[in-house]
Amino acid sequence: MATQTVAATKMAQPEINYLNHERGLKSWLLTLDHKRIGLLYLVSVVFFFIVGGILALLIRWELLQPGQTIMSAETYNHIFTLHGAIMIFLFLIPAVPAVLGNFALPIMIGAKDVAFPRLNLASWYIFWLGALTMLVGIVTSGLDTGWTFYTPYSTMTSSGVTWVVLGAFILGFSSILTGLNFIVTVHKMRAPGMTWSRLPLFVWGLYATSIVQILATPVLGITLLLLALERILKIGIFDPALGGDPVLFQHFFWFYSHPAVYIMILPAFGIISELVGTFSRKGIFGYKFVALSSVAIAFLGFLVWGHHMYVAGQSATASTIFSLLTFLIGVPTGVKVLNWIASLYRGSIWLRTPLLYALAFLFVFPIGGFTGIALGTLGLDVPLHDTYFVVAHFHYVMVSGGLLAFLGGLHYWWPKMFGRLYNEKLAQLAALLIFVGFNVTFFPQFILGTQGMPRRYFDYVPEFTLLHQLSTVGSWILGAGLLLVAAYLLHSLVKGQPAPANPWGAGTLEWTHTGRIPSPHNFERIPVVTRGPYDYHLAEEIFGNGHQGQEAAVTPAQGQAPQPESTR
Amino acid sequence: MYAMILLQSTAWLPEAASSVAPEVDSLFLFWALVSTLLFIGVVGAMTFFVVRYRRRRLDEMPEPVKEKKAIELAWIVVPTILVLIVFTWGFRVFIKMYTAPPDAYEILVHGYQWYWEFEYPNGVKTTNELHVPAGQPVKLRMTSVDVIHSFYVPAFRVKQDVLPDRYSSLWFEATKPGEYTVFCAEYCGTQHSGMLAKVIVHPREEFEQWLENAGVPEDMPLAELGAKLYRDKACFSCHSLDGSRLVGPTFKGLFGSTRTFEDGSTAVADENYLREAILQPGARVVQGYPNVMPASYASLSEREVAALIEFIKQQQ
Repeated sequence: MATQTVAATKMAQPEINYLNHERGLKSWLLTLDHKRIGLLYLVSVVFFFIVGGILALLIRWELLQPGQTIMSAETYNHIFTLHGAIMIFLFLIPAVPAVLGNFALPIMIGAKDVAFPRLNLASWYIFWLGALTMLVGIVTSGLDTGWTFYTPYSTMTSSGVTWVVLGAFILGFSSILTGLNFIVTVHKMRAPGMTWSRLPLFVWGLYATSIVQILATPVLGITLLLLALERILKIGIFDPALGGDPVLFQHFFWFYSHPAVYIMILPAFGIISELVGTFSRKGIFGYKFVALSSVAIAFLGFLVWGHHMYVAGQSATASTIFSLLTFLIGVPTGVKVLNWIASLYRGSIWLRTPLLYALAFLFVFPIGGFTGIALGTLGLDVPLHDTYFVVAHFHYVMVSGGLLAFLGGLHYWWPKMFGRLYNEKLAQLAALLIFVGFNVTFFPQFILGTQGMPRRYFDYVPEFTLLHQLSTVGSWILGAGLLLVAAYLLHSLVKGQPAPANPWGAGTLEWTHTGRIPSPHNFERIPVVTRGPYDYHLAEEIFGNGHQGQEAAVTPAQGQAPQPESTR
Repeated sequence: MYAMILLQSTAWLPEAASSVAPEVDSLFLFWALVSTLLFIGVVGAMTFFVVRYRRRRLDEMPEPVKEKKAIELAWIVVPTILVLIVFTWGFRVFIKMYTAPPDAYEILVHGYQWYWEFEYPNGVKTTNELHVPAGQPVKLRMTSVDVIHSFYVPAFRVKQDVLPDRYSSLWFEATKPGEYTVFCAEYCGTQHSGMLAKVIVHPREEFEQWLENAGVPEDMPLAELGAKLYRDKACFSCHSLDGSRLVGPTFKGLFGSTRTFEDGSTAVADENYLREAILQPGARVVQGYPNVMPASYASLSEREVAALIEFIKQQQ
């Protein structure tokens, strides 16, 4: 690999980087730099995550005891709907691709930017246009349909369905444009030597995600538009009172929303691969399988939507086929977990915060996976469907995929984003709190669901009280952990130790070939890639020849400002 | 051992009170057992590797591990076999849940925002209380008058969405008399969580009795109750009130008349005779009539018998 670039960057005296080369609000709002757009998205999704998180705490507070605790049934229905809609449309779907993907993907493949920088900025504005449209509906008349908008309830309720649905329709374009941009970027912008088999697995994950975003999102768009038309013009499509078919809506909705689960989970898989590779200093076991199975899952993900509808009134034959396909997609997903575990074998495992999140993922995600098998099983889903078992399963998959992987990735790339380290001890404590809090919140919900507690219930029968209270206590621990993350990350922004260019001793281009903070165009010179992303034994630029000790390359996050990493 | 703990743990599975519930539960326990073992394996291996191979020196450089095709093949094949077992098992249970026996007792269910209405074959209607006999398959034919609801009885392990403008159905055979909670499992608006009902499982005989008395005020005058039973029990199809001959003797002028039986003996039709004729129709058959009256009237309550006798007395 070319090894001169980093040193050259270091020499440039007043260090010019993407954060300081232009200043002022306008330079941010009109930026075409993928890294800055990533940070714009970061601020946006964190804002919505906080809103969604506060709503979640309110839900758990209301459920602290049977009957009314702090709000009416009607308010509760609005709050759980908003929690779901905000977390899914405004956090989970954009979080990893639009924030971390935007920031890291072009650098990881050795490109100066994404293929269409203006489109990239436009997608951020479209995101906000969609979000604000949703907010108009929510503020003026609320939303009480559940994030699934099932008809005919959603055509009959007086709440702001039309606005919210139009907002989600607009948001879809933001998602489509990001996906389109990534696909073209990966195909056309790779640095010399960056072959498909040398792509970092995070890039593979994003690539697979982009396929889903492009193919599935239009279906949701059409469905939501039809729903809006039905509400406004009274055309009978889904509402039986107008001659429509409510089950048709469910088919359309899940045709998008099941693949959307993979929009949330596939990039997370990519992050886990990066973290496991870097912090065990070993190649990912079965790189090819992990890379291609993401793409396979992206396509198979389109064929399993009916497993949400075993008791909805679809035929038994359809349910049977969907169940079988569901199991077939479960296998490659499970095998990925085994690959990650195997990658740790005989590695050199460095327990830092990002890896802690990856390990938490490898604990939490299999629980989501196994319970997914139960829900995919025809005879077991019948009693478990629409209970807290589903709620718990969904959170085990989505919080592990969306939140734990996002936090792991954020802690991993944080030094590269801002050139500063965070307090490692506090970060490990927070990771522990989040892990414990999450499990205390959601594990009891599996038991609640098995016992028959239906989801979306404002009130419950008294025998469920104890488990509900346990779950609520868990939500406080989880909240405390997240608050701690916010605190030390904000502190790091202002007073964090300066980070070296490659604090983790990672092997991908964003660490090996950019400065402490990347320059506006990422590289002084486009790097030439000569090895795979996890070929640490070939990575002279990190460790030098013969694997000699290079403390600087792997300076732990403590003490004095580390030296720039060695480059010979 | 583990399965035993699970089986005994009331904290895990709800009460099982239908014929299909034990089958669902065995599958559930199989799934839980295998999943737990695999999970312990995965997390155990992870923990072991993290401890055993933790970084001891900053410059450590592990040798790349050669990938073994056999291992990769094994962990693709074994999970595939496991999920196919679970799939097939789940399919069998599902088909059983899905296929109602042809002789199932059918009850019509209407879902409303936010209550359930049940209508029995004899026209009796109840709200939020579903009465069924134990040990007999019951089929619910369900429809909604507004939005989608879902009929869910955890103790029976059954659930089915209830849609407007079409029928869906669900069947179960309750095995234990008692009361079980019905939840609406599909979000249906403000009072969704208040849309609760009870399934009251009666021993078979008691169910018949319940059905007879249902919807009838306890203080209804005997003659009036008798008239109602004449109608509800479809006595009219065999016994006229106007003296015409149907399958059985007319009620007109029956009370106090002298009956001649097949064996030539005679008796005056007093209260005790009528009681016997209703509850044990085959004991003495009136000459010239076939012995076809069903014995099922034996399940009538004491008061109902008295009411019918009173009704017949009035047909002079």
